[in-house]
Amino acid sequence: MTDSKYFTTTKKGEIFELKAELNSDKKEKKKEAVKKVIASMTVGKDVSALFPDVVNCMQTDNLELKKLVYLYLMNYAKSQPDMAIMAVNTFVKDCEDPNPLIRALAVRTMGCIRVDKITEYLCEPLRKCLKDEDPYVRKTAAVCVAKLHDINAQLVEDQGFLDTLKDLISDSNPMVVANAVAALSEIAESHPNSNLLDLNPQTINKLLTALNECTEWGQIFILDCLANYMPRDDRESQSICERVTPRLSHANSAVVLSAVKVLMKFMEMLPKDLDYYGTLLKKLAPPLVTLLSAEPELQYVALRNINLIVQKRPEILKHEMKVFFVKYNDPIYVKLEKLDIMIRLASQANIAQVLAELKEYATEVDVDFVRKAVRAIGRCAIKVEQSAERCVSTLLDLIQTKVNYVVQEAIVVIKDIFRKYPNKYESVIATLCENLDSLDEPEARAAMIWIVGEYAERIDNADELLESFLEGFHDESTQVQLQLLTAIVKLFLKKPTETQELVQQVLSLATQDSDNPDLRDRGYIYWRLLSTDPVAAKEVVLAEKPLISEETDLIEPTLLEELICHIGTLASVYHKPPSAFVEGSRGVQHKRIPARAGSGESAESSDVGQSGPSEAPPAVIPSQGDLLGDLLNLDLAPPTATVPSVQPSMQMGAMDLLGGGLDSLMGAGLGVAPAAMPTALGIAPAVGGGLGDLFDLGGGVGMPTGSYVAPKTVWLPAMKAKGLEISGTFARRGGIIQMDLTLTNKAMSVMTDFAIQFNRNSFGLAPAGPLQVLTPLSPNQTIDVSLPLSTSGPVMKMEPLNNLQVAVKNNIDVFYFSCQYPLSLIFVEDGKMERQVFLATWKDIPNDNEAQFQIKDIHLNSDAASNKLQGSNIFTIAKRTVEGQDMLYQSVKLTNGIWVLAEMRIQTGNPNYTVNENQETWRML
Amino acid sequence: MIGGLFIYNHKGEVLISRVYRDDIGRNAVDAFRVNVIHARQQVRSPVTNIARTSFFHVKRSNIWLAAVTKQNVNAAMVFEFLYKMCDVMTAYFGKISEENIKNNFVLIYELLDEILDFGYPQNSETGALKTFITQQGIKGQHQTKEEQSQITSQVTGQIGWRREGIKYRRNELFLDVLESVNLLMSPQGQVLSAHVSGRVVMKSYLSGMPECKFGMNDKIVIDKQGKGGTTDEPGKSELGGSGKQSIAIDDCTFHQCVRLSKFDSERSISFIPPDGEYELMRYRTTKDIILPFRVIPLVREVGRTKLEVKVVIKSNFKPSLLAQKIEVRIPTPLNTSGVQVICMKGKAKYKASENAIVWKIKRMAGMKESQISAEIELLPTNDKKKWARPPISMNFEVPFAPSGLKVRYLKVFESKLNYSDHDVIKWVRYIGRSGIYETRC
Repeated sequence: MTDSKYFTTTKKGEIFELKAELNSDKKEKKKEAVKKVIASMTVGKDVSALFPDVVNCMQTDNLELKKLVYLYLMNYAKSQPDMAIMAVNTFVKDCEDPNPLIRALAVRTMGCIRVDKITEYLCEPLRKCLKDEDPYVRKTAAVCVAKLHDINAQLVEDQGFLDTLKDLISDSNPMVVANAVAALSEIAESHPNSNLLDLNPQTINKLLTALNECTEWGQIFILDCLANYMPRDDRESQSICERVTPRLSHANSAVVLSAVKVLMKFMEMLPKDLDYYGTLLKKLAPPLVTLLSAEPELQYVALRNINLIVQKRPEILKHEMKVFFVKYNDPIYVKLEKLDIMIRLASQANIAQVLAELKEYATEVDVDFVRKAVRAIGRCAIKVEQSAERCVSTLLDLIQTKVNYVVQEAIVVIKDIFRKYPNKYESVIATLCENLDSLDEPEARAAMIWIVGEYAERIDNADELLESFLEGFHDESTQVQLQLLTAIVKLFLKKPTETQELVQQVLSLATQDSDNPDLRDRGYIYWRLLSTDPVAAKEVVLAEKPLISEETDLIEPTLLEELICHIGTLASVYHKPPSAFVEGSRGVQHKRIPARAGSGESAESSDVGQSGPSEAPPAVIPSQGDLLGDLLNLDLAPPTATVPSVQPSMQMGAMDLLGGGLDSLMGAGLGVAPAAMPTALGIAPAVGGGLGDLFDLGGGVGMPTGSYVAPKTVWLPAMKAKGLEISGTFARRGGIIQMDLTLTNKAMSVMTDFAIQFNRNSFGLAPAGPLQVLTPLSPNQTIDVSLPLSTSGPVMKMEPLNNLQVAVKNNIDVFYFSCQYPLSLIFVEDGKMERQVFLATWKDIPNDNEAQFQIKDIHLNSDAASNKLQGSNIFTIAKRTVEGQDMLYQSVKLTNGIWVLAEMRIQTGNPNYTVNENQETWRML
Repeated sequence: MIGGLFIYNHKGEVLISRVYRDDIGRNAVDAFRVNVIHARQQVRSPVTNIARTSFFHVKRSNIWLAAVTKQNVNAAMVFEFLYKMCDVMTAYFGKISEENIKNNFVLIYELLDEILDFGYPQNSETGALKTFITQQGIKGQHQTKEEQSQITSQVTGQIGWRREGIKYRRNELFLDVLESVNLLMSPQGQVLSAHVSGRVVMKSYLSGMPECKFGMNDKIVIDKQGKGGTTDEPGKSELGGSGKQSIAIDDCTFHQCVRLSKFDSERSISFIPPDGEYELMRYRTTKDIILPFRVIPLVREVGRTKLEVKVVIKSNFKPSLLAQKIEVRIPTPLNTSGVQVICMKGKAKYKASENAIVWKIKRMAGMKESQISAEIELLPTNDKKKWARPPISMNFEVPFAPSGLKVRYLKVFESKLNYSDHDVIKWVRYIGRSGIYETRC
C-alpha cells in the first residue's frame, strides 16, 4: 500500500493525463486515476473539469471504485448540476441491487447530492429503501430523509416521508430506531411548532427499550431526544429516571452526560422528600467524577457542564472537592475550569485544603492561571467568613513574592475583602502602600487608589500618595482617573485643611482638561456639592457602602435552566444559549425544565420541597462574565448604581433640570409664568405632544393594551451613512426601555464593530449595554437589534424635550442622527399615586403650573381611554361624572421622579377631550 | 451534527477532508489552520468558535483531527467520536502518522463514509467494520447472500461487536487488571489526594456466542453475600500484602457489551464479549489504597547560588514482590549550571534539556529504602520571579493491584457448542503502574 504517491503528482498537464487514464480500458488504471483525482480534491485542487470522465467510471461492479466515484460526486455535483443527472440512473439501479450494502451505499450517497433536479428522482428509491427488508438499508434511509429535508423540506412533507419515518420508531431493529429518532429530532428543530416528535408514554417506552440495545451513538440520540419530553407526572418521571440511570455506567462519556441531562431535568419533577430523590442525587456524583479521568478534551467538556450542575444542585458534588485539585500536567484549559469549580465548592468544611492548594497554584508558570488563583483566594475570603483572615495573610505572603502580576492581582482582591469586611484588615494597608510603584495595570492602580481614599484618615501620607498619581493624570485610563477624583474628594472631606489645593487641582483637571464626559460630569457634581453644601457632600460621598455579597458570578437562573437542558452540547460548553452561536432558526427554541408536580397527591410533598430552606435560589446579580470578574465595578459604568460615588450624578441630573434648563422650559410652554415654587416644574408642551401621540392611535381598532410601540421609521438613510441604513423605534417592555433598531447594510462591503453612543439628553437616556451586533453585517443583510436603555446617563435639556442625538460607529466611520422618542417611554410603572396624596398634591399646585388643551377627534369612551392610557403607564386615580361629562383624574411618574397630574374631561358623544394638567416634582432622593 | 471532518499534518496541510453538511464550506478548512494550528499562542481550548463555526480538535502525535459544525451539537459525543476515529484508524493501520494516513487515504474515506452519515456517528466497532471494509479493497463482490445479510445484521444488530460463527480449537481468555495509582502528597507526607483508576482488559479467544459473567471482590457484592448466610466476615480475615477481602469501588463504567441494567439492579457483570482484545471495564477507587512508594524530599537553599536536595524513597509492599522500572524525576531550576549526584542504588543523571535529575532503578523489593543526594549549582540571575518548585514525580510498575482489587471468577457459558466453563483456559495478571505520582517539595 503506497497510496501516498497520489499526493505527490504535481506535473504539468496533469488534468489532461488523468482524463486519458480515466478513459482507459484497464480497470486497474481507471481505479488508480480516480484515486489520484480524490487525492487532488483533498488537497484543494480543482478537478471539477474531469466530471464527465469520473462519472463514466460509475458503472462498475467494483465496489471500491464505485465508492471513490461517489465521493467525487458528492463534492462536485452541486457545481455541475446538469451533468450530475447522468448519475441518476446508476443510483436508481443500485437501489435495486441484491446486495444490501450496495443499496445502502446508493441511498446514502444520493442524499448527499444537493441538486434540486435530482431530488425528484430520489423519492421513489428512498421510499423503497425505507421499507427495505434489511435493517442496514432502513437505518441508512432514515438518515437520508433528514438529508432530503435539508435540501427540500416541502418535498419531504408532500411525499409523506415524515410519517414513514415516524413508523420507523417502532422498528424491530434498535439502530433503525436510533437513526429515525435522530432524523426526526433534527427535522423537528426546524419546525418548532409542528408536532412531529409526538412524544407520548408509548413512544417513550419504545425508546427506552431501544436504549438498552442500540450502539453507544444510538443511545446518545435517544437520550438527547428523551430530554425534550415532558413527563405528565412525578411517577412517570421517576420511572423514566429509573430506566435511564444504568446509562451512568457506560464507558462513553457522551452517553453519561446525556443521561445526566435527562436526570437533572426530570429530577425537578420529583418530590423532594421521596427516598428515590435522595438516591438519585447520590448516584449522580460518581459518574461525574469519573468523567475527570477521561481524555483532557472530554474533561474540559465535563468540567464546563459540572460548573452548571454545581450551580443548579450544589449538594451533588459538595464532598468531592479533592477531585478538582489541579494536576501539574493538566492542560491549561482544564486547570482554569477546575479552579472555577473549586471556588464554587469552597465551604467552611474544606476551606483549609482549598487555600493550601490555591497558594500552590499562585506559584505556577502560566500567568492567566496564577492570576485566577490569586483572585480565587480573594473569593474564598468573601465566601467563607471564617477563612478571611487566613486568606488575607496568604495574599500578603504572595505580595511579598514581588512578582508583579501577582501583587497587582492581590491588591485588586484585597480591595474586595475590605468591602466585605470593613474595619477589620486595615492593618495591611501599610504593606500595600509599599507596592504602589510597581502597579502598572489600571485595575490594580484603581483598586489601590480606592483603598487610599477610603482609608485616608489612617494613612499619614495619603495626600502625597494621591498627589503622586495626579502628576500623570492625563495618561491614566478613565478607570483610574475616576477613582483618583473620588479618592481625592474623600480625602478632602476627611482632612479638609491640608488638601484644599489638591482637590481643586483634581477638579479642574477633571472638568476642564478632560474630554471624557463621565469624568467631567463626576467632577462637576463634586464641585457643586462641595461648594453648595459640604455637609451633604460628606453624607453622600462618605456614605456607608453596602456590603458586597459572595455570589456575584452565578449564571442568571433562567439561562441556567436553559443550559441545564443543553447539558453535553456546545451551549453548555460556551455557557451561552444556542441562539447566541447558531445561525438561522435551528436550535433557537428555548428549552426549559419541567415544573415540579403541583397537583393531586403530590401537591403536599411538593410544597414541602419548595419550602425547604436549601431550595431558596441564591439572589443573583445577572452577569455572565468571568467567574472571577471583579466583584465591584468601582469605576465608570452607570449601571452600578450601588456604588455611592455614582449616586451624586443622578441627583445632579435632577438638579440640572430644576436649575438651568427650567426657565427656558417653562418659558417655552404655553405662556405659563416661571415657576414660583422651586420644586415645581412644567413640562407641558412635550407631555401634551406625547398624549396627542397616544390618542392618535386611539382611532385604530383593537389596539392591544400595553405600551404602544410606533412602527419603525428611518432615522439614518443609507445615503448619509456610507451605505448603512438605520431605522428604529422605542418601546417600553416590562419596565425596561428599549430602542429597537434595524440595521441594513446597503454598501458593497462587510460592516463590523458596531457601537452606539447617545448625547446627553433631557431624561438621561443612555445605552445600558453595548450594541449587540455579533456577526459582521454582510452586504444586503439586515439585522434587528434591541438595545436596552437606562435613564442614569448624563442629563442635558434638549429642544424639543424628547430629542435624542445618537452616534453610531462601525468599521467605516462614525455617523450621527437624531430622533425623537415618545414621552410615554419615560413613564414608569409605579406611577399610580395614592388617592389622598393625589388630592392633596392637586390642591397644592399653583395655577401657574397648570396647562390646558384639547385633544380632538377621538372616539372612545372614558373606560377605553383609561385602559389605553394605563398601557402607557398613565394611571387613572379616580373618575367622576359631572353633567354628562366623565372626568378622569390621572397621574404619571417620570423616570427622573417628576409627577404629572392630569384631569381629563370627556364629553360623551363629543369626540373632543379637554385635559387639564398639573405638574409637581418630587425629588426622589 | 458534525458538519465536516478534517485531518491535518503538523504544518497545517490537509490530508483528509470530508464535508457532511452544506453549511460547511471549504474556507472552514483554512479557518482552522490559520486560527488554531498556526496560532501564535498555545491552544487555550479544545473547542474554538470562529465566525459562528465551532471546531473541535484532538491531536495524535503531530496529526490534528478537527470536527466542524455550525449547530449546537453534543460536544461530548463529538470528542468521543474523534477518539473512536483514532481507535479505528489505529486498528486498521497502526500508528496515526502522516505517512500512514497518506498511504491509507482511500480506506479512511471509506471508513468516514461508513461511520459518519450526515454527521451522525454509526456503528464504529472495528470488529464489525473489518467484516466488510478491508485494506485490500472492499469485500462484497464475492460474498454470498447469507454472508451479506450476516454483515448487515451484525452492523445494525444488538450484538454489533461480535460476529457469529467464530471457532477456536483452544478456548482461552486473558484478563489484565491494569491500574494506575495517582498521588499528590505534601512535603510533610500528608496525602492531598490519591486515587486508583483501573481497567480490566480482556483478550478473549472463545468459540461461538459465549455468555460471560465476571466477578470481583466488590464490597457491595461481598457484603450482600455475607448477609446471605456465609459465616466469614468480609474484610477482616486475611491480612498483609494486598490481601483485603473487599474493596469499595467509587464508580465504574463498562464496555457497551455489558448489560448495564443488570448491573444496576443486581450488580452482576454479564456480557457477550467481543472477539480479541477490548476493555471490559474502568473503575476508580479512593479508599484504602496501597501506596507502593513513599517519597521524602528535602530541599535546602544554600545561599543564592546553591541548592541541596536529598530524596529518600521507601517501598511499601510485601518483601517478596519486586517493583520495576522505577524512575524518580527531581526538577531543577532553569538557571542550574551544574549538578553533582550521589545515589545508593541505580543510576542518576542530570538532564539539562529536561531541567531535571532523573534517577533510575531497575528493580526494588518491598519494604526497602534508598536515597539520593544532589548538589545543584545555580547561576546568579536578576530574575525576580521565584523558582516554582515543581513536584517530584515518580514512575514504577508493581505486580499487584494497588486498589486491592481481586478477580474472583470469570465464568463462560456457551450452550450451543460443546465446551464448558472448565474447558476454557483462563489467565489473570495484575499490573499496578504509577499515574501522576507526585510529591511536592
